[in-house]
Amino acid sequence: MTLRLSTSPHLRSPQSSTRLMLNVIIALLPSAAFGVYNYGYKALMLILVSMLSAVVSEYLWQRLTNRPVRIKDCSALVTGMILALCVTPEAPWWMLVVGSAFAIIVVKELFGGIGDNFINPALAARAMLLASWPMVMTRHIDIDGVSSATPLAEGAQSQFSYLDLLIGRIPGVIGETCKLAIIVGIVYLIVSRTVTWRIPVFTILSAFVMAWIVGLDPVYHVLSGGIIFAAAFMANDYTTSPMTRGAQMVYASGIGIITIIIRKWGAYPEGATYAVLFMNLLTPLLDRYIPHRVYGHSKREAKN
Amino acid sequence: MSKDNKLSKIFLNGVITENPTFRLVLGTCPTMAVTTSALNGLGMGAAATFVLIGSNTVISLLRKFIPDRVRIPAFIVVICTFVTMIQLIMQAYLPSLYAALGIFIPLIVVNCIILARAEAFASKNPVLDSAVDGLGMGVGFTLALTLIGAVRELLGNGSIFGLDILGSSYQPMLLAVLASGGFLTFGLMLGVFNAIMNKIRLKRIREEAR
Repeated sequence: MTLRLSTSPHLRSPQSSTRLMLNVIIALLPSAAFGVYNYGYKALMLILVSMLSAVVSEYLWQRLTNRPVRIKDCSALVTGMILALCVTPEAPWWMLVVGSAFAIIVVKELFGGIGDNFINPALAARAMLLASWPMVMTRHIDIDGVSSATPLAEGAQSQFSYLDLLIGRIPGVIGETCKLAIIVGIVYLIVSRTVTWRIPVFTILSAFVMAWIVGLDPVYHVLSGGIIFAAAFMANDYTTSPMTRGAQMVYASGIGIITIIIRKWGAYPEGATYAVLFMNLLTPLLDRYIPHRVYGHSKREAKN
Repeated sequence: MSKDNKLSKIFLNGVITENPTFRLVLGTCPTMAVTTSALNGLGMGAAATFVLIGSNTVISLLRKFIPDRVRIPAFIVVICTFVTMIQLIMQAYLPSLYAALGIFIPLIVVNCIILARAEAFASKNPVLDSAVDGLGMGVGFTLALTLIGAVRELLGNGSIFGLDILGSSYQPMLLAVLASGGFLTFGLMLGVFNAIMNKIRLKRIREEAR
């Protein structure tokens, strides 16, 4: 009999990074399709430019620094797609090129590539674009092509009904307006076990409760802005969200609460981007300090 | 080693090998704050260079007289003297630069490059060496600040030293002249500088091995 020695892992899951990333792309398709339907071929072009430039930046950077080229894991495609979906359809194409190159090279590759970035690349790039070209990034047009305020802007809050918000009859960014399409995507991600249900559900729930506590219309605030999109596709990025159950709940609740705080008291009308980035930074801390019950130990033991 | 050779080595040590900004990472506060344009970076660097040469020379002259226990206050008094001088000179002859640099001119007093050179070099070395060390460190600091300032000005304003380079169709990237852009630019340039230095060092090691 031969005795085989091998190093761990001994059990391999059929899930691969590529498969998970493809799942995310599938889940993003309804939002992307609605964006293209709404804003026409310009939105389609922006999405494609962003995805392409993300992949090209990753390829060039990895070749340039003599690292194995890992564009086949599709993570750059996802980053590019998410970035395009959270900018306004009015953005010029070069802005997406700059944004996705920043996301891939500065935020992801410089910190070690896939699995080692400490904040979500697409969101960091969005924050960068917003700080660099605020005039362009906050120019929104409604579905008839007329520029107008987003539903979260001051004075605009009574123009839209809950139904408008739900099906995306509002001005906004390419992929965040139609909440129904996003919800279809997130349900697919949860059913296909790509992500856990905890982070998206707790994010939305905490935003709802927080909005109610501070005296805002909770339904309106959950359905408008980027909170559902952030909860579905950004908050539960594997690398930048906590791993244990307790930590995930605290993390997700933090996102919801901070989003509403920024909306209510901050200088910006929307805060989901900054809320997720802020909680990304706390992720290592949450993973370390929130106790996790090890299998086989009693609850009391785990606390010590 | 001849005298000239030694002095040029001390000078190059400040400019490249131990560049205060990119190698020692000292004096980062003015580095972030004033490098929104190439001219501001150059002005800040020149002011710090003046103080460095002056304080290094005087501290080296006094190194045998200053009691060890009170050396830090004594150094600070010397440094303050030169900072006050440069502050008044700039206020008189370069009022616009003085206004742009603002609080960061008096703050040269607590710039750790200057105190570090006084403590680590001038208090232990002869006068000429100390003066050259001050010059080298000052030039290294000035070059670094001007370079960071030029990159930030180019991205955030489309110009370098006020000269329009990228044309009117360029949409300035506001982030570059904000504080967070300062950190990003500084970090990236630090990385590039160190990558180049490592390449040179590796090459030298390989040549010596051969």
